[in-house]
Amino acid sequence: MNDTVLKVADVHKSFGGLHALRDVNLDIEQSKTHAIIGPNGAGKSTLLNVCVGRIEPDNGSVTFDGETLTGKKPHEINQVGVARVFQTPEIFPELTLMQNVMIPALAKRDGSFKFNAFRILQGENDIRDEAEHILEDLDLIDQRDSEAGSLSRGDKRRLELAMCLVQHPRLLLLDEPTAGMSRHDTNRTIDLLKRIKERGMTKVIIEHDMHVVFSLADRITVLAQGTVIAEGTPDEVRGNPQVQEAYLGGAHI
Amino acid sequence: MFNLSPKNDTVTMAIFAIAVLAMPLWLAPIGASYPDLLQKFAIFGIFAVGYNILFGLTGYLSFGHAAFLGVGSYAAVWSFKLVTMNVLPAVLFGTLIGGVFAALIGFVSLRRSGIYFSILTLAFAQMSYNLAYSVLTPITNGETGLQLTQQDPRIIDSLFVAAGEGLPSTNLFGLKMSGYPGFYFCAVLLIIAFFISLRIFRSPFGLKLLAIKSNQVRMNYTGFNTRPYMLIAFVVSGMYAGLAGSLLAVTDPLAGAERMQWTASGEVVLMTILGGAGTLVGPLLGAGIIKYFENIFSAYNDQLLHQMLAFLPDGMEGAVVALLGLFVGEGWHLTLGIIFMAIVIFLPGGLMEGIRRIGGMIQKRGGGKKPEQTGGVMRPTEQEG
Repeated sequence: MNDTVLKVADVHKSFGGLHALRDVNLDIEQSKTHAIIGPNGAGKSTLLNVCVGRIEPDNGSVTFDGETLTGKKPHEINQVGVARVFQTPEIFPELTLMQNVMIPALAKRDGSFKFNAFRILQGENDIRDEAEHILEDLDLIDQRDSEAGSLSRGDKRRLELAMCLVQHPRLLLLDEPTAGMSRHDTNRTIDLLKRIKERGMTKVIIEHDMHVVFSLADRITVLAQGTVIAEGTPDEVRGNPQVQEAYLGGAHI
Repeated sequence: MFNLSPKNDTVTMAIFAIAVLAMPLWLAPIGASYPDLLQKFAIFGIFAVGYNILFGLTGYLSFGHAAFLGVGSYAAVWSFKLVTMNVLPAVLFGTLIGGVFAALIGFVSLRRSGIYFSILTLAFAQMSYNLAYSVLTPITNGETGLQLTQQDPRIIDSLFVAAGEGLPSTNLFGLKMSGYPGFYFCAVLLIIAFFISLRIFRSPFGLKLLAIKSNQVRMNYTGFNTRPYMLIAFVVSGMYAGLAGSLLAVTDPLAGAERMQWTASGEVVLMTILGGAGTLVGPLLGAGIIKYFENIFSAYNDQLLHQMLAFLPDGMEGAVVALLGLFVGEGWHLTLGIIFMAIVIFLPGGLMEGIRRIGGMIQKRGGGKKPEQTGGVMRPTEQEG
């Protein structure tokens, strides 16, 4: 427990009469990949939104490396070192791939605000190098000058991942990173995420695809109706009858 | 997109400076080469270039920028009344007050985006306009407008010269700011204003503003606090408007509240969209075209048309004059409206998109080289030519 990096403590959130999260506790360990699974409406996305400051919980707190995240704004949470990949890729569709990746690199260097209106972007060699490097790493370098909006869905997701990775975040939150991807693209993403894991980045991943979950996760938390019903290693969760009942309708995985 | 090296920018600036300073020459054939109109080209060029920093880069559509123009005029006239007839303090003061006003209005308006932002800026501008006519009469002199009088203190001027007969004129260390000197003064400021705008477009700051336009949600989750970025863009464009307003007072030391009316705010929106929002040169083109129509087309009257069409048979002449008369003189708005509609429908990226398309066609025909993809309004840079 001593190397817990993200701690979700007693988080409660209700929308009107609907309890989206009921006193959820979660400990994410350093350098581990932690998957959160559960049926639709289990509160997975709400939990992620609480972590990045998009939703304020009614109760409870989220701390990252000893720092309280609850009540912080999204940009402040990013500056602490938490990056997020969205379910539908949030990119800058009208800008080129290079610009898409340079912007987060600038955020990392300049902080949340810097008035550098008299520097010339062309001369920012360190930023350009970093951006090129990450595009090469994610196999997007050939399209560096294309508009991001023209990419295929899978490429957009990879671009968004590149935008997060260029910041070298300490914690990466991924919301269904392979949803809507072909099997080929999914496997490519799994390989990529495995490579990132080797660099010691902590990841929280929400995923429906069990193939992805069992390929990547060190630990799994199962949510159902806003409550944690099981937590453990993939093997433990796989064998848990309660999980099979709630999540898989009794079917075997 | 950002592939222009600083060296190319130097060339751009040189061409731009020459083009602006030579305006009296190359505008002569279309009858636009008299100082009064040239001054307007430069002044409204500054206004539109500044407005484009907000609207072109961040996509925030302000309907209240005329307020800053009006405030800049009042500030400049007060500087003439209280301090000196020298234009430099007036211009500095007008720019500064424009910026302060923009900071206040921007701070409140930028809490909302989209249509709500536009309505807030519109409301503030109309409020300023009405206040100028009512409560603020001691400062604005109400409907009469703020004018110079013989009794004005002019603290600095009175130290050097005794007040002469009649009203003094605005000057730059003795050089009178009417006619061509007035134009060249505005032209130099336009060149500086354009240079600053070019640098903003080329900077990391400019890229961040473009990214706010593209996807503000991603900007927040990327670690940027977008509010101060927006506020700075708003204040900078407000300062441009204040500068333009003070220059209006420099060329004619009189300030009235009608400069702050919403139609004046709408005009700068038209200029920017007509020329091409988000392009460097487009807003200048738009400003030039609108001011040209306003001054040249509106000067045509039925008598002039009769003279021009005297070669037609009598009955036909009357009919043609009656028809054309709708589009000139008082009806110049109609012509402008038709042109504006045509451009928005066929060239959503403004005149600059048209120029790019023609350029692409020539390139295709000439070298077989693939024409540059026309990205419309998001393209922040193209070369001035």
